[in-house]
Amino acid sequence: MNMSLTKKSLLAGALALCVCATSAFAGGKTLKVGDTLPDFSTFQLEGKLPADFKGKVILLDFWASWCGPCKESFPVMEDLHKKYGEKGFVILAVNVDETSEAMKDFLKEHKASFTIVHDKSKKLVGTANISSMPTSFMLDKEGKIAAVHKGFHGKDTIKQYEAEIEKLLSTEVAKK
Amino acid sequence: MKKKLLLLSGCAGVLLLSGCANVKPWERSTLADYTMRADRDPLTISLSEHMWFSREAASGGRGVGGGGCGCN
Repeated sequence: MNMSLTKKSLLAGALALCVCATSAFAGGKTLKVGDTLPDFSTFQLEGKLPADFKGKVILLDFWASWCGPCKESFPVMEDLHKKYGEKGFVILAVNVDETSEAMKDFLKEHKASFTIVHDKSKKLVGTANISSMPTSFMLDKEGKIAAVHKGFHGKDTIKQYEAEIEKLLSTEVAKK
Repeated sequence: MKKKLLLLSGCAGVLLLSGCANVKPWERSTLADYTMRADRDPLTISLSEHMWFSREAASGGRGVGGGGCGCN
């Protein structure tokens, strides 16, 4: 058991490499189905939030102006907003661009009537710790995550969105 | 002296390795820029491919991970 100094140093180096690699590439905790998001007003989001989210089915979507699939998802979200907006469905699109100017430039070309806020501090997206862009969370009437959508995959995602929205809108909230 | 040198190199290794960083998906705006794309100029690509093929008698195998939007 009498290890030479060189061997000890090599072992320590290998250990340090493992520790560093683990800490650098560790994903951290990601929100999953069944989790509840904290109050949106605590995240210092830039933009006006709807007065009351209670009892609403919410699509929380993280997007950026530089993200191609996000551009594809915008007309789809606009359609969903028009189709289900009056039935108790709300879209909260959270922009994660570095500057709000980039977001505004994008919105000049891609008009949207649903709620859009800018997460300048990256607190909300950091809490959600999403693993790809875009990522959206479908929240039920009680504010619990009912589904997580990683990326936007055209017709497949649209089908899933519609099925989830219709199911969640028809679900009664248990009275407490 | 040798011990100190080893200790110092070990410390330097830890400091250098801790510089590794994981770019989060929402931090990839610069990587998503058009200028970061390896295939942004088709003519340059075809010329490089031709030179590579002529010199090495091999083709393909282009492209590495890291750049781009990383979306979907």
